[in-house]
Amino acid sequence: MAIEHVHGELWTVKELFNYPNEYVYWTVHIAVYPYITGLVAGAFVLSSFYHVFGMKELKPVAKFALVFSFALLIMAPQPLLFHLTQPQRNYHILLTPHFYSAIASFTVVYFTYMIILLYEIWFAYRPYIVTQAQMRKGLLGLIYKILTLGSYDLSEKARHTDEKAIKFLAAIGIPSAAFLHGYVGFIFGSVKTVPLWKTPLMPFIFLMSAVISGVALCIVTYVIGCKISKREISEDAVRAMGKLLAWFIVIAFLLESIDIVFHGYIAEESWEILSIILFERIFTKMFILQWGMGMILPFILLILPRLGVTRAFISSLLVVIGVFMMRMNVINYGGQGMSKSLSGFMTYKMPIIPNSLETLREGLPAVIFLLAMPFVLLWIFNKILPVFKNIEAEEH
Amino acid sequence: MKRRDFLKLGLITVAGLTLPLSAFELLTPEALASLRKKERKGRRWGFVVDTTRCVGCGMCVKACKLENEVPFEANVSRTWVERYVQLKDGEVIIDSPKEARYGYIKNDPQGREIKEEEIVKGFFVPKLCNQCEKPSCVQVCPVGATYKTEDGVILVDRSWCIGCMYCIQNCPYGARFIHPVHNVAEKCTFCYHRITKGMNSACVDACAFGARKIGDLHDPNSEVYRIVNTQRVMVLKPEFGNEPMVFYIGLDYIVR
Repeated sequence: MAIEHVHGELWTVKELFNYPNEYVYWTVHIAVYPYITGLVAGAFVLSSFYHVFGMKELKPVAKFALVFSFALLIMAPQPLLFHLTQPQRNYHILLTPHFYSAIASFTVVYFTYMIILLYEIWFAYRPYIVTQAQMRKGLLGLIYKILTLGSYDLSEKARHTDEKAIKFLAAIGIPSAAFLHGYVGFIFGSVKTVPLWKTPLMPFIFLMSAVISGVALCIVTYVIGCKISKREISEDAVRAMGKLLAWFIVIAFLLESIDIVFHGYIAEESWEILSIILFERIFTKMFILQWGMGMILPFILLILPRLGVTRAFISSLLVVIGVFMMRMNVINYGGQGMSKSLSGFMTYKMPIIPNSLETLREGLPAVIFLLAMPFVLLWIFNKILPVFKNIEAEEH
Repeated sequence: MKRRDFLKLGLITVAGLTLPLSAFELLTPEALASLRKKERKGRRWGFVVDTTRCVGCGMCVKACKLENEVPFEANVSRTWVERYVQLKDGEVIIDSPKEARYGYIKNDPQGREIKEEEIVKGFFVPKLCNQCEKPSCVQVCPVGATYKTEDGVILVDRSWCIGCMYCIQNCPYGARFIHPVHNVAEKCTFCYHRITKGMNSACVDACAFGARKIGDLHDPNSEVYRIVNTQRVMVLKPEFGNEPMVFYIGLDYIVR
């Protein structure tokens, strides 16, 4: 049997002593997976600030955030299909879930959240769907007719019920969105063999970075979306999102830094090599890109007085990049950057130009595809459920 | 006393005596051991590695790869041998080039030229799956494709594994990898197909120096039982709580 390489060999550079079977097994897709899941949670939390906590300024983006959250949710588990060595067996997790595993409940959590989200979107868009179903003919009319689910009642009373349902769903949606992503954090936090991951703070660290990335991406997409569809950007909404983002950055930064400080202070056996990784090998990626450019700089930009759309947009873009860097730092460069023997290093080199099926599947083109798809889906959904239009005005 | 009563009393006496006598029976070392730990019934495969006997010839790795059809040139292996060299200045150099499938033939740890007088300590440590009592790989498998057999060996169902690699991440010993041909999680099974038919693991048979021993940890007649219960043995990374079942003679604090 002639074998050119084993799984992981193509993108792992080993230094000093690593166990022979050690490679960077969890590649960039395992960073993209929590990244997109985090964006789902962040976008949902943003819409909930309008629906549950009554932040009126966020009204123009509340519906958009919901639909965007759904587009992201569809793509959230897709990186795993690129990553599994037997992707065609993905349904095994439904047939024989082994609930002692932190991964096994993902489908349950995922679909629970999806149902809540779909219901909320339906209630939020129901008046629009009904008016469209009555107005339009042809294929689009048929789609709207199906989407009404047979409910055409637009009376004052029915609308009031809609509002109540939305509020209720948004309220239970917050803990389930938090759970969805906190749970993803637990998948990593519970890996006892990787010193950088092994912390009970992990679910909260992931959750807070999820919220900041989600809110930031909503700002970015909202601004670009309005520009493309030539609609007026609500400056109040952007400013409100910017302020929200700033305060969540504080929490996220505190959690992340406490984790590192704690690792250094207790200085367990692994700290000797972990500190070399953090302060020497990934210093730029972590302290400059992730913390400096991705958190501290945007925070300063956001809290300076007279926050405008441009400044909020730039800060958000920095946060979106910073959090992606954080996912890769935690999962690819930091967590798996060391051997379990604590005597060697591994460096992850993401395949850029594919030269085989494996490097195509695990490389940059696949990542670009995965990160672009939510926007494609949003564009499609936008055709049926307009996210940037002021649809209330059109209903009358 | 009538003959009838004599027989009756005699039977009661004998029956009465057997009870405390059976209590003495309980106090044999093996039975005590079984009291100390429950579930000591049936077979429990265990392994002993005597590092003081290993010369680093790599025949075990070779035998394992051939027996278990792990492609010989692939840079993964179910078992491997590590070399530890400690220098006068305290530096420890560890390596395991090509899992030691070609053996150690030169004094070149990590490709470095080391003068012999610089070395204070040097030895080999063979490694394999520890078939843990509480295997974290089994704990985290989302589909239940990896499982522990009744006699304590951890196996992988190649037809059911989805290849998420969570088990690989969770093994403290680096025993798992992706099989280059079957594309699912792969690991040492103590040669389960051989030991269940009364044979030895391939690596045990291939070792000319008796550094590797396989046996039943519950069988007082097995060599493994005798060594584990009478000698000072150590396991790798006990702090993870996996309760590994590969016991080492001559382990050192520099061993990772």
